[in-house]
Amino acid sequence: MNLLDRLMHRCRRKSPFLFHLNTGSCNGCDIELITCLSPRYDVEQLGIHLEGSPRHADILCITGPVTRNTLEAVKTVYAQVCEPKVVVALGSCPASCNVFAGSPVIEGPLSKHIPVDVYVPGCPPHPDAIIEGIARAAQILADRGVSEKAKGVPQK
Amino acid sequence: MSYRIPIGPYHPALEEPYKLELVCDGETVRDAVMHIGFNFRGIEYLAERRNYLQGITLVERVCGICSNVHSLSYCQAVEQLNGSAPPERALYIRVILAELERLHSHFLWAGVAAKLIGFKTIFMACFTLREKVMDALSAISGNRVNYGMNCIGGVNRDILDPQAILNILDEMEHEITRTIIPIFLEDRTVASRCKGVGILTKEQAIAMGAVGPLARASGVPQDIRRSAPYGAYDRFEFSVPVETAGDVQARLVVHALEMVESCRILRQALSTLAEGPFHTPTPVGARYKVPAGTAISRAEAPRGEVLYQITSNGTEIPERVRVRTPTFMNMATVRFTVLGQDLADSPLIQASCDPCYSCTDR
Ligand code: SF4
Repeated sequence: MNLLDRLMHRCRRKSPFLFHLNTGSCNGCDIELITCLSPRYDVEQLGIHLEGSPRHADILCITGPVTRNTLEAVKTVYAQVCEPKVVVALGSCPASCNVFAGSPVIEGPLSKHIPVDVYVPGCPPHPDAIIEGIARAAQILADRGVSEKAKGVPQK
Repeated sequence: MSYRIPIGPYHPALEEPYKLELVCDGETVRDAVMHIGFNFRGIEYLAERRNYLQGITLVERVCGICSNVHSLSYCQAVEQLNGSAPPERALYIRVILAELERLHSHFLWAGVAAKLIGFKTIFMACFTLREKVMDALSAISGNRVNYGMNCIGGVNRDILDPQAILNILDEMEHEITRTIIPIFLEDRTVASRCKGVGILTKEQAIAMGAVGPLARASGVPQDIRRSAPYGAYDRFEFSVPVETAGDVQARLVVHALEMVESCRILRQALSTLAEGPFHTPTPVGARYKVPAGTAISRAEAPRGEVLYQITSNGTEIPERVRVRTPTFMNMATVRFTVLGQDLADSPLIQASCDPCYSCTDR
């Protein structure tokens, strides 16, 4: 790795930008993610920042069991996130559809539609667990940046 | 010349997926069209295919913010059908849970409103306080969001140490009266951003069937806890704050005063917690058959009246479960409150009716 690559590796690990996508969740996971930004958990001191646009983000945090109405948006937003990208599934809903399994309007689980890297289990997960999940995702992001560059995948 | 601004379904200004189309003349909003349904999960459909025990877990996930009130109304309706009365202590514990939930939901609302006003310090202060409520809730129920406390015929867990909760309450009440109340009631910055913005008149509120704090801020003194007391609410003294201005500031005042009232109810309930068992001796199992009939149960959620209708045909699966949530009623008012307002104020006006789309779409 040259100096620039080492710098990129470090930055990706130390300051991941998140985009939060609600695919029909009950809001439980969403407020727990917002709680992470509040003074007690304060993820911003760890360099984690919630972004308003998927084009600025590295990590996609997805909550909810993927309803039919949001499926298109999930695919679009996933395509909009720049390479290298990592997907975190927050809560039991994207992992298994949770209590909503069996409903005709649920298109989940999420892994049927896009690759998921980190699952954070819980209904909803504790903010501590969410932070750990994001930290793992940041490590995956940094390593993926290196391996993709070695393979020659164009990075934006 | 008027133009249309589509916002959403995914947009930094929105907390949840829904779509809003604003028709604007320059900076002034002339009309608003809303598209919802992104959160539709078919909960009523699922509830009609699951037994009563599974139903409680399911309806709790209608909404993550007011989860307790949904399972409470569901259990109340089933209790009406099978004619069982939960013991006194269970009723008290249900009130305590419901009021703690109201507190945390109002803190969340106040935080979001403060953020939209542009007052991020108060956003942080509200969320710090909210963590105290979450501590109390997780001490009682073991979870921070979906508590799983209500069961048919009582509650699942006892409150072992009311004094500890009272201590948390003392600290919280002190902070509310020290920071939240003066800011929301008197601060000039907040007033300049909220006064006269997004007015909903009393006539409009009644015509559109607005409920909860939104209606009370427009001078409609309607509160299910007072007008049709359920559970143990008739045992406690509390007042229902009503404002007549109908603007965003009135809503701030109503929410802030309701926090104080919730603390008052909590203090009474915790210090006079009835002795005895906390659920009926025969727990309801998966094969439990509920007598045929229809029951309607109402409860005052943080956002207004929640209504559950359950029709049983005598089997272990309900025939019909109907859920009506407060935002479903309140959402329609947004179209009228944003009319003639500045485009920049529209996020605040929408947020001030405390929308919850996961409830509305179910
Ligand atoms: S995992 Fe649980 S808390 Fe999270 S969105 Fe799903 S039902 Fe709600």
